[in-house]
Amino acid sequence: MKFLMLVVAGGAEPGEADQPGYTIEEWLDETERRGVRLEGDRLLGVGDATTVRESGRLVTDGPFADTKEWIAGYDVLDCADMDEAIEIASKHPVARVGAIEVRPFWSG
Amino acid sequence: MTGRDAVGEAFRAEWGRIVATLIRLTGDWDLAEECAQDAFAQALVRWPADGVPERPGAWLTTTARNRALDRMRRRAAEAARLRSIAPTVSEEAPAPAGWEEDPVPDDRLRLMFTCCHPALPMEARVALTLRTLAGLTTTEIARAFLVPEPAMAQRLVRAKRKIRNARIPYRVPPAHLLPERTSSVLGVLYLMFNEGYSASAGADLIRRSLCAEAIRLARVLVDLMPDEPEARGLLALMLLHDARRPARLDPGGDLVLLENQDRARWDHAEIEEGVRLVAASPGRGPYRIQAAIAACHDTAPTAADTDWPTIAALYGELARLVPSPVVELNRAVAVAMADGPAAGLVLVEGLAGRLDGYHLLPATRADLLRRLGRTDEAARAYREALELAPTDAERRFLAGRLSDIERAG
Repeated sequence: MKFLMLVVAGGAEPGEADQPGYTIEEWLDETERRGVRLEGDRLLGVGDATTVRESGRLVTDGPFADTKEWIAGYDVLDCADMDEAIEIASKHPVARVGAIEVRPFWSG
Repeated sequence: MTGRDAVGEAFRAEWGRIVATLIRLTGDWDLAEECAQDAFAQALVRWPADGVPERPGAWLTTTARNRALDRMRRRAAEAARLRSIAPTVSEEAPAPAGWEEDPVPDDRLRLMFTCCHPALPMEARVALTLRTLAGLTTTEIARAFLVPEPAMAQRLVRAKRKIRNARIPYRVPPAHLLPERTSSVLGVLYLMFNEGYSASAGADLIRRSLCAEAIRLARVLVDLMPDEPEARGLLALMLLHDARRPARLDPGGDLVLLENQDRARWDHAEIEEGVRLVAASPGRGPYRIQAAIAACHDTAPTAADTDWPTIAALYGELARLVPSPVVELNRAVAVAMADGPAAGLVLVEGLAGRLDGYHLLPATRADLLRRLGRTDEAARAYREALELAPTDAERRFLAGRLSDIERAG
């Protein structure tokens, strides 16, 4: 079952980043060893984002939602179930300072 | 007992177990509910005529299981016809593995954990638990939570869809997830209980029955997780609070303070059971500690006999475990009772700024100042509390206290 992991940065209070946990290298090692990560990447900053809304023929600069949290990257996971996806997401270093949104794929 | 009564009793005892088993067998939550319903409908026809079967639960499970098998075979045959190939699933095809087990294992624990999965919204966890495990109808759950029925139906549909789409597993979680997930199950049952407990005397009966449902489900949980001390602690806590329900409201529907309640009207069988559970529970978790506090209140013959030093110590323990200003406030009240209002007031003053907008902070301060004879300050605190109090009953109580000290002063 495929899940999209949206890596959401921002919104952290100073000091929260000090909690112990995986580094990104350790996370990548483990997901590779377990074969649960199909692909993923970091994205350039929201300064380079463009939003297109064809309904209103609108092209605007910036991300679709203007909040203090933004999508900083994504990963595509292939997990047995939601519990495994949550476990992988919870180990991602950004989970300690931001948030990870886990979304199942439409086609399973 | 008539056949009809027997069906009613079997419904309360067996519904959750049958639904849980059918979900495991079919993986289809709606089919499971429908087939369980069918089985009870059949029992309503058959039992009054043919007599109640020796093992009603087994009869119902078998009936529901056969109905599900039947419908799945028909579904498969239809799908095959749609694909224009000869039906490969005949009426006589053997049941899939796991269907013919006898006795049927108890699947209610995995159902509880799945209903209370943290990926589901809290309201959906409660609704799903009441629907699948307690057998309440959507109409009843909607009435119990004071939401329109279509909204509640939608909530249940969405939750079941998320379980399917996001592949929320149907299982008792593995050991490393168990503590977190268990606390979600306990939290759902406690929320269910508190909804019923906060219902006013005039409220719909179904709303008040949430207490009984929560207690019943907690008993199931204690049976299924005998080594989980917090399950016992929660059951004890709920029993010890439920015991006071008959004396909690006056005929006008106003809350009666614990110290003014008629203790003869408390449910002493529930108190006895709650106290026994507290004594038998080895844990020192938050529910167990709160149950121990409730037991101190419930076993005091009069309000004046209350063992306040023990209660103050228990609140101290609770505050270390779950640091919260509300717990600190309760500790302050207990300390004031044990060591005098001045000692309590010191703790209450320490909470300034941490409970903004919570009427019980100025209300408690007002009460302690009144007992210390500092009436001007007490009056100011009562007025502050009056502005924040959320219910008419509480405003009436605070206004009464305020006019008492104004008259005296």
